Amino acid sequence: MTSELAAAAGLADADLVAMYRTLALARALDERMWVLNRSGRAPFVISGQGHEGAQVGIAWPLRRDHDWVAPFYRSIATCLAVGMTPRELMLAQYAKADDPSSGGRQMPGHYGHVGRHVVSVSSPVATQILHAVGIALAAKIRGLDQVAVAIMGEGSSNQGDVHEALNFAGIHKLPFVFVVENNGYAISVPWERELSVRDVASRAAGYGMPGVIVDGTDVLGCYRASRDAVERARSGGGPTLIEAKVTRLTGHSSDDQQTKYRSEADLEEGRTHDPLPIFREQLRVAGLLDASIEGVLAAEISALVEDATAFAEAAAEPDPASGVDHVYGDPAANEPPPPWQPARGSVADRVIS
Amino acid sequence: MAIRTFIEAIREGMGDELRRDPAVIILGEDVGKKGGVFLATDGLWAEFGDDRVIDTPLTESMIVGASIGAALNGLRPIAEIQFADFIFPAFNQILSEAARMRYRTVGGATVPMVIRAPYGGGVHGALYHSQSIEAFFTHVPGLKVVIPSTPYDAKGLLRSAVRDEDPVLYLEHKKMYRSVRGEVPDGEYTVPLGRAVVRRPGRQLTVIAYGLMVHYALEAAERVAGEGIDCEVVDLRTLRPLDRETLLGSVRKTGKCLVAYEDNRFMGYGAEIAAIVAEEAFDYLDGPVSRIAGPDTPAMPYNHILEDWFMLSPAKIADAIRKLAAY
Repeated sequence: MTSELAAAAGLADADLVAMYRTLALARALDERMWVLNRSGRAPFVISGQGHEGAQVGIAWPLRRDHDWVAPFYRSIATCLAVGMTPRELMLAQYAKADDPSSGGRQMPGHYGHVGRHVVSVSSPVATQILHAVGIALAAKIRGLDQVAVAIMGEGSSNQGDVHEALNFAGIHKLPFVFVVENNGYAISVPWERELSVRDVASRAAGYGMPGVIVDGTDVLGCYRASRDAVERARSGGGPTLIEAKVTRLTGHSSDDQQTKYRSEADLEEGRTHDPLPIFREQLRVAGLLDASIEGVLAAEISALVEDATAFAEAAAEPDPASGVDHVYGDPAANEPPPPWQPARGSVADRVIS
Repeated sequence: MAIRTFIEAIREGMGDELRRDPAVIILGEDVGKKGGVFLATDGLWAEFGDDRVIDTPLTESMIVGASIGAALNGLRPIAEIQFADFIFPAFNQILSEAARMRYRTVGGATVPMVIRAPYGGGVHGALYHSQSIEAFFTHVPGLKVVIPSTPYDAKGLLRSAVRDEDPVLYLEHKKMYRSVRGEVPDGEYTVPLGRAVVRRPGRQLTVIAYGLMVHYALEAAERVAGEGIDCEVVDLRTLRPLDRETLLGSVRKTGKCLVAYEDNRFMGYGAEIAAIVAEEAFDYLDGPVSRIAGPDTPAMPYNHILEDWFMLSPAKIADAIRKLAAY
């Protein structure tokens, strides 16, 4: 007997529990990353805490290893939802050689996975929206039935690349979904100083596409909005902009102290929008979670986090000699400049002779 | 072999690649029905249609950024930037994304794409239709930079660039589009990336050049030949990765090296060539590695007298050769 909550979303009860598990696992991994940072074992962490509800709900309708996501540095739950493993995410946090995101070359949080169709994240913000639009263009030309999703914060959404990308996606009705996780802050700058309108979604009209606003604590609302947008995109209906109102529960990164620019009242209000306890309560009311199930899940998640941490901690560091690899595909072109050597004896030799 | 202009060879190269591989697409401003502002893509839209030859809005960053995405998803885009001077809105996409994708995914994701851009002056194009941009881009590991000087090479290098697994910036000197003609084989051939060529053998002095400056250097070499100065002219063809062997082999033979480039002199591409020659062929040199290049003004002025003042010419290169030869 499917619960009313699941039925309303067109999902099975097991799906809802799996979504909750993904959300809780993302949070637990994220919290562990901070512990690693504060204990001196990881120089940097950038967090998805507060965003995970929207991330799980929006990623859920995607076809794994088929559709594409071009995420950003807070997309930890998105990456889990599309199939990256806790070990893979922790290898990135530790920047180890076998980190599938970048082999330890990029800062933590710069996720990517070739097989999972997760486009490698870079640090210049919003560039990935054009990659997702290009992926969608290729999908359309090749008849691949794929949808490409670009995800970023509202701060990044002000970049010029966003305008260029949405315009092109709108013109060609590309199978593309643009997701803005609006947490109200671009590092320290509040939305009033970074957006000329209250809602990023209202900008969608300028690109001939629907703009949908969802509450990031409403995981199933995010799911429904994404499902509709993905179906629309896949069936040739064109792109959609989804704006999820979320909260940022941590500083911008491990190098940021948000109490400097956010009031205690603001932070307190933000904590009331934490998707994790809200979704948990929703599932309890629906009868899908109880103390016993939660205990099992918590133990499972704890074991996964411990395993991923130990695995990544023990994993091999990159070989310094590998630093020159993969500049070009043609190995001959990859050669570093040779160290300086006189071609025939040294200048000193010549002077003496 | 047919005689083709430089731009005809480029157009044929693109047409052949579009025919050969359905993954190849072209996108850029006015590349469709109009065939490009220089007509480089003339006729391709009619043959290959809207899905393969795509007119874009005036959005250089999008042209490059969407090409990166399309390349990630199995296509081989040829992105046209209408004038090299307008490439800078796409600089971030080229530098931070296209050139780094392979490196930052440890070889997992690659961006096989070509960015074509007409560069260079002497065409009354003024500050924003004359620029040489190679120095900004040859500084970028992960990006290949090609500048052909003959129709044969233009077609052969373009084919190699399209088939290459890495992003290639392919720069075309617009003054050569219709002024340079040459033999181009009808059938399949390629010119490999990363290989320079000696265009004129000589014994006394090496002139290193690329693009239009190859032609000016050859003309200058003819002028000074009558004065008893025997110059070798090396056409680099690919600026990155650089064919050090051919470059250094020539300088080790002649003992003198002049680099001719149209771009501003300071920190131009010739500065790197001079540094490599100084480091790796020092013992063979009979004179200072020298540069003849454009003046260090922000860009090329429009007025024809000012433009001539800015542009290199065979006469200016010949003067530089005489000066170095006499050292």
